[in-house]
Amino acid sequence: MPENCIYIARSSAIAARALAGEMMVMNSADSTFFTLNEVATAIFQAADGRTPLREIVRDRICEQFDVDPEQAQADAEQFVTELSGHGVLLVSNQPLASEAPR
Amino acid sequence: MMAAARKVTCVEIGGIPIALSTFDDGFLDLLRHRYDGFLSASRPEFELEFDLTRTVPPSDDDVRVRREGDEWLLERGDFRARWNLRTGRGTVRQNANPYSLDSVLRILHSLIVAGRGGFLLHAASAICNGQAYLFSGISGAGKTTMTRLAPADVTLLTDEISYIRPNPNGYSAFGTPFAGELAKAGENCTAPVAALFFLEQGPENRVDELPPAEAVRRLMRNILFFAEDQALVERLLATACDFVARVPIRRLTFYPDARVWDLVRNFDRNLERDFDRNLDRDDACNSQEVPEHA
Repeated sequence: MPENCIYIARSSAIAARALAGEMMVMNSADSTFFTLNEVATAIFQAADGRTPLREIVRDRICEQFDVDPEQAQADAEQFVTELSGHGVLLVSNQPLASEAPR
Repeated sequence: MMAAARKVTCVEIGGIPIALSTFDDGFLDLLRHRYDGFLSASRPEFELEFDLTRTVPPSDDDVRVRREGDEWLLERGDFRARWNLRTGRGTVRQNANPYSLDSVLRILHSLIVAGRGGFLLHAASAICNGQAYLFSGISGAGKTTMTRLAPADVTLLTDEISYIRPNPNGYSAFGTPFAGELAKAGENCTAPVAALFFLEQGPENRVDELPPAEAVRRLMRNILFFAEDQALVERLLATACDFVARVPIRRLTFYPDARVWDLVRNFDRNLERDFDRNLDRDDACNSQEVPEHA
């Protein structure tokens, strides 16, 4: 995953619901189901297609959670790679139009 | 062309009557025999016309369910069905074998009931003391074992596919003719759902709570759902979250003998006792606080 400027957006082909501090996400194309923890949920909710991932990590993750910034960035990129592989997140090096409502 | 009339029988599963029609007398007999106990005189809400083919062998292929405008298209190697949402009518081309028939009906019901806030669950279910208990889990977890161990006063709803619909106070389970290893249709009756247990076999009987997110995850994994449809998936996830909020969901570790049913039978009583105990504890806490603030 190139780390310079990554933009992420939620796919329109998913259903998501928060429950007890965790986000449940289901891909309607293949019925894959994911449960996101608090950090992953924060990234997922901030995936508006306009905010660079590095900014999301800096402002949302490092601000809210006690994490090392470099480690947080690496973890976020890994998470984004995984979810984009399942069609849950869209990734681009240019701003994207978010497909899903917040 | 010779004049011919379709023969119709109405099968009501989950309180939803569907008219099934065919030109073939043998297939009609198969329908009536297979769904004996679920035949209904109710006015059908939906209609399915069966056109039989002898050229397609039974299939283990993955099923594909997709929507094209007002129509659902259901496809597998051994059947092809179209069902119109607006008219409630559909056609099925399939073998005259009961497995294709069951598959078509399961898929159709999963679509209908999902739109009404319910779902079909890969679970055994039974009525005990007027309440329905669901037993879900992976293959081999013990669904059929639980039904085999059930005492005589327990009514079996299914050992394979449970039919769940919302009611004003929660959810109800309905009997289904969809049998698993037991090879026996459930009773055609319904009761409010008292609990859903996810089964695991172990050296002793015990019941453990599940965190809500874990309960939803397990529930979604076991719901029968085939459609590649955004709106229905959203509805189903919302239903699963609501179900978890309204129905006690537990992990049931059990040693496969009849004593596990004592645990199930007493579950409601223990739940009420725990609730009362928590209430008493809250009252005690509140009453202790009064002097400090007085």
